[in-house]
Amino acid sequence: MTTATNRVLPFKDMGGCSISGIMDQSGRPFSGDVVIRSIANMHERSNGLGGGFAAYGIFPDRADQYCMQLMFDTPQAQVETEALLEQRCIVHHAEPIPTRPHPNISGEPILHRYFVNIEPDANRPYMDEDDLVVELHMQINIEVMDAFVFSAGKDMGCFKGVGYPEDIGEYFRLDQYEGYTWIAHGRFPTNTTGWWGGAHPFSVLDWAIVHNGEISSYGINKRYLRDFGYECTLQTDTEVIAYMFDVLMRKHALPLELACRAMAPPFWDEIERMPEEEQVQAKAVRAVYGGALLNGPFAVVVGSTGRMIGFSDRTKLRPQVCALGGERLYISSEEAAIRTVCPDPDVVWHPDGGEPVVGQLHAGVPH
Amino acid sequence: MLNTDNIRSRQERSALPKWLVQSDFVVDRDESRCIQCEVCARQCANEVHELDADIMEMFSESELCVGCHRCVSLCPTNAVSVREVELDFRPNSNWTAPMIRNVYKQAEHGGVLLTGMGNPEELPVYWDRMLLNASQVTNPSIDPLREPMELLTHLGEKPQALEFDENGALKTQIAPQLELHVPVMFSAMSYGSISYHASIALAQAAHEVGTYANTGEGGLHEDIAEYADNMIVQVASGRFGVDADYLNAAAAVEIKIGQGAKPGIGGHLPGEKVDAEISATRMIPQGTDALSPAPHHDIYSIEDLRQLIFAIKEATRYRKPVGVKIAAVHHVAAIASGAVRAGADFVAIDGYRGGTGAAPTMIRDNVGIPIEFATAAVDARLREEGIRHEASLIVAGSFRCAADVVKAIALGADACYIGTAALVAMGCHLCQKCYTGKCNWGIATQDPALTRRLNPNIATRRLVNVLESWSHEIQEIMGGMGINAIESLRGNRDHIRGVNMSDRELAILGISAAGE
Repeated sequence: MTTATNRVLPFKDMGGCSISGIMDQSGRPFSGDVVIRSIANMHERSNGLGGGFAAYGIFPDRADQYCMQLMFDTPQAQVETEALLEQRCIVHHAEPIPTRPHPNISGEPILHRYFVNIEPDANRPYMDEDDLVVELHMQINIEVMDAFVFSAGKDMGCFKGVGYPEDIGEYFRLDQYEGYTWIAHGRFPTNTTGWWGGAHPFSVLDWAIVHNGEISSYGINKRYLRDFGYECTLQTDTEVIAYMFDVLMRKHALPLELACRAMAPPFWDEIERMPEEEQVQAKAVRAVYGGALLNGPFAVVVGSTGRMIGFSDRTKLRPQVCALGGERLYISSEEAAIRTVCPDPDVVWHPDGGEPVVGQLHAGVPH
Repeated sequence: MLNTDNIRSRQERSALPKWLVQSDFVVDRDESRCIQCEVCARQCANEVHELDADIMEMFSESELCVGCHRCVSLCPTNAVSVREVELDFRPNSNWTAPMIRNVYKQAEHGGVLLTGMGNPEELPVYWDRMLLNASQVTNPSIDPLREPMELLTHLGEKPQALEFDENGALKTQIAPQLELHVPVMFSAMSYGSISYHASIALAQAAHEVGTYANTGEGGLHEDIAEYADNMIVQVASGRFGVDADYLNAAAAVEIKIGQGAKPGIGGHLPGEKVDAEISATRMIPQGTDALSPAPHHDIYSIEDLRQLIFAIKEATRYRKPVGVKIAAVHHVAAIASGAVRAGADFVAIDGYRGGTGAAPTMIRDNVGIPIEFATAAVDARLREEGIRHEASLIVAGSFRCAADVVKAIALGADACYIGTAALVAMGCHLCQKCYTGKCNWGIATQDPALTRRLNPNIATRRLVNVLESWSHEIQEIMGGMGINAIESLRGNRDHIRGVNMSDRELAILGISAAGE
């Protein structure tokens, strides 16, 4: 039997890419137009085979509901998915994801979103609502032929497809949304079937990741995640980063710095030079979380509720530059992409490999 | 041509015609080079060479030759060479020469065929059917001479997650770990099966490189106790040399259930080899056979194993990892899972190519499964059960080179044990006669005339050289893959492709075929 996973991307998503993230730490929402201009500035870094965005704070009226944004290749997939949603969730509202016809975009799937909650399962009291949403997310991706979840988080959404990112942004009418964080991605895959679900960002719950690079540890990372119930259905290495954040920070409750340290740990000779207590901690993190170490060249921007994180592999084999301008934190592949939307930033810097850069709402992070 | 008179006289000496057993090797001597120096005669413990002083000519009795190449290597004029006897039986794919010879031998002496080292038969070596990956363009390969390339490995039980208090201090207590600078350790080789010099060289080399050597069931010689921080002590069914000091001296304890070369049977050290030193180390009377029972007589089921694991943990105050070594047999995954659930901090699995000092040939060559499949099956099973972090996986059973080690780690092992490769580093020529105690290379013998041939310091240097060269090679291969820490290689089966394998073999190994 063919399952939804059979039609996916080639074995791994490789190549160069552009990424850009902008967060207003005061929480003031701004239009998606800003991030579209930033990512469009790096047009040369993508090749028209994928572009995408994630936005936070865009559904303030339904902030307690999970917004499931889905794509369907066939009407039948939509019917089957909706039957599943009816059975497992309370669907508060459903609508087509608004789009506008675009001359450079074709072959678009059916795009629909559902605002849902899931009642606790009396038979499985150990599963909270987040767990149940992750389970449903995986279930749709694995079991329903031709259906695929773009995102399923609260007060956020992912918008992505095959095309240059600026065209995808216009197609999804992102200028008409206002959010406090926007992350964007332009793809330059070296090997692709050009599938809408394969574009970045990749998301689980409210985590969304845009990624430039290749994870050479993918083979073990996906097996490590499987221990915790995550099935990597997309066969793209980026997906593991999203799930890794979820497992380390939500399930294991690691503080952000330690979660990043698990994924991009210091070298052993650096650990040897650390003060005693830090050394014990760093050794323990490496010894215990070996399966979470992300190896190979990468730079990522990670969105989550109230937070935006940028970090790169520990030898920084992919570019990443940061800037602060007023309340806004910018993380991008190129400085030009920042200056095009913020000509005169207060500070621009290049973080070290493996060093996380974190933007946070002044009001604090919910959760 | 055979002389009938001669046959008659041989028949008088033996109830059966001795000439049915032919020699395995032919010793050739280039008379124009030979200077009758008698080096060959002095070096050969099998007494192949002899000088006829009357005519000042060397003679060689090929029948006694084991093919160890000691004389060939040491002949100062390169006069001696040894070659295998060419097949002189009528060709037969079923009744091959070794099969016929074995029956002749048994017809003569009526005993079990004995042999040494690992299974040499023409069975598939799956390492040679696996090929590794490297980066091109999309992912930069890393040059280990210029950039960090980390091999540091920790063996022992790990928690699934760490806990920190509100100040960020680590709350979780991590169980004791072994720290390896190279993911390769020396496999269990007992003092007794190998010489004192060989034992001490293994301990010294492990200490110098930052890895571990394993005592086997030979006890811990007092001189080796100096290197105890780099030793794993073994508790086998004979319990030779085991007491509280022994358990507490080393870095870790390994309970030996089985061995790849002879699954299902225990070790056997003939009394002739049990001299005063070995008697003291093994805590047995001098000259007695050291016969290990097939099972541990206190382990008749998995719950008994749990009791022994915890008895040892109690005796060592939970300060040392306690592991279990098993042979790779048919249900190895289930057995390994049981051992982990019984409390093992590491599981060592020995494949059917694993070596030995002495084993019945039939068992060595026909029992067990390849370590490649066992590694993949055990790693997958422990992950399925969510207990992979509870124990480290050490695999053994003929790792011949750095690429074998890389492939094993990518399949899911934490580290490898090498036995034969270490002996080869010290000079072993794989003649498979360890059980005779006449090792001309001074390794698998207790004869003082032979053991002094092995200089422990030179042997140490050679062992260190091999481990260091392998670690350079592992680093080069990892760098090519774009991986700079061994934990990203471990269990990363995406970096292996199979050639010349069936779908089922690929599925068990959990790898794709080349080109996929």
